[in-house]
Amino acid sequence: MRLLATLFVRDLARSWRSGALWLPVGFYLLVAMLFPFAVGPDPVLLARTGGGMLWVAALLAALLPVDRLFADDARDGTLDQLALRGIGEESVVVARLAAHWLGFALPLLVATLPAAALLNLDGATLARLAIGLAIGTPALAALGVLVAALTLSLRGAGGIVGLLLLPLAVPVLIFGAGYAADAGGAPLKLLAAASLFLVAITPFAAAAALRAGRS
Amino acid sequence: MTTRQSPNAPRHDAMIAFDAVACVRGGNVLFEDLSFAVCEGGALLVSGPNGAGKSSLLRLAAGLLDPVAGRISRSATTALTDERAALDPEQSVARALGWWARLDGAPDGAVDAALATLGCTHLAPVPVRLLSTGQRKRAALARTIASGAALWLLDEPANGLDADAIPLLEAAIARHRAAGGAVMVATHIALALPDAQRVALGAAVPA
Repeated sequence: MRLLATLFVRDLARSWRSGALWLPVGFYLLVAMLFPFAVGPDPVLLARTGGGMLWVAALLAALLPVDRLFADDARDGTLDQLALRGIGEESVVVARLAAHWLGFALPLLVATLPAAALLNLDGATLARLAIGLAIGTPALAALGVLVAALTLSLRGAGGIVGLLLLPLAVPVLIFGAGYAADAGGAPLKLLAAASLFLVAITPFAAAAALRAGRS
Repeated sequence: MTTRQSPNAPRHDAMIAFDAVACVRGGNVLFEDLSFAVCEGGALLVSGPNGAGKSSLLRLAAGLLDPVAGRISRSATTALTDERAALDPEQSVARALGWWARLDGAPDGAVDAALATLGCTHLAPVPVRLLSTGQRKRAALARTIASGAALWLLDEPANGLDADAIPLLEAAIARHRAAGGAVMVATHIALALPDAQRVALGAAVPA
């Protein structure tokens, strides 16, 4: 447990110092700002489509930090040094996933407030959007970590990251946007199930990918 | 291509023992049927031309690669210094090394002592990204020294070190061996390693 905390604090501090935390949230707000320019300032239309739009923005924002998640640590030998000490890749991935979620999702949740104002979302939609994002972002973070580990040993994997991650995120998008649009409980439960499933398999799948990529 | 160390049957008290190990990288057999054992206070000097598999041998010893054939048994805590420093570039040398020292459970002051051993106490407050090649190498060696591991794996430890630093490194290795530790060194720069076993790897086969 102390080991996980040590790794977690390091990961969080490193992404904080590198400035990588601002990229997704800046992108998210930018999309919310640009959307009314693209579809016109009709408040009714914005209110109806805004929730789904913000989900798409969150999904695309989740792509941005992926190519940095493991690349630096692999290049400078940190992953090898951790493996040498008998620290399981699973622990490394769990710590990275927790730090990535906190650094990526928390600013996004805070930014949802101004974004909802820009898109004229009412309070109930905003609440559903925030709940959906809080439950769905662990899935997006897990997918990001998983894809980052899978593409680590590929050169120039930038394009492949999107092609791999976005199709896998379709269920999260459908259930999340579905709940934001309509208060039915079923999409939320399915979103929670998808999120739980992805968070549960990511440590093992990503750890296997990291091990396979080492040789 | 076969390189065989004088038959040194793996012993039970060996810190690390290779038993008929083969290594294949990128479809080329780098070495096969390689056997040796390194015991307390021992040293192994790996030599050979570029691409002969020196680094692969150390990665095998570290457990970062799996041997294609043969068996590797390791019974000691291990520290590796290779060409990658694995230090957070934005942190000071002391903090970056301190993080690893805490992970290794090293006592307080181990990092300072290790930096002093290599004559680079003045580097402690410098951010890692500002270090020169040789300074970075010294910092990476300091991590190995501070780790308290019994078996040191040093991949080209003298690369980039200036003439003043090499005797310090040799002295650190000698002290480590005197205290019951062991080293495996792959180097093409002559290092004083009294009574070291030698493994000479063959020439690289062009792909």
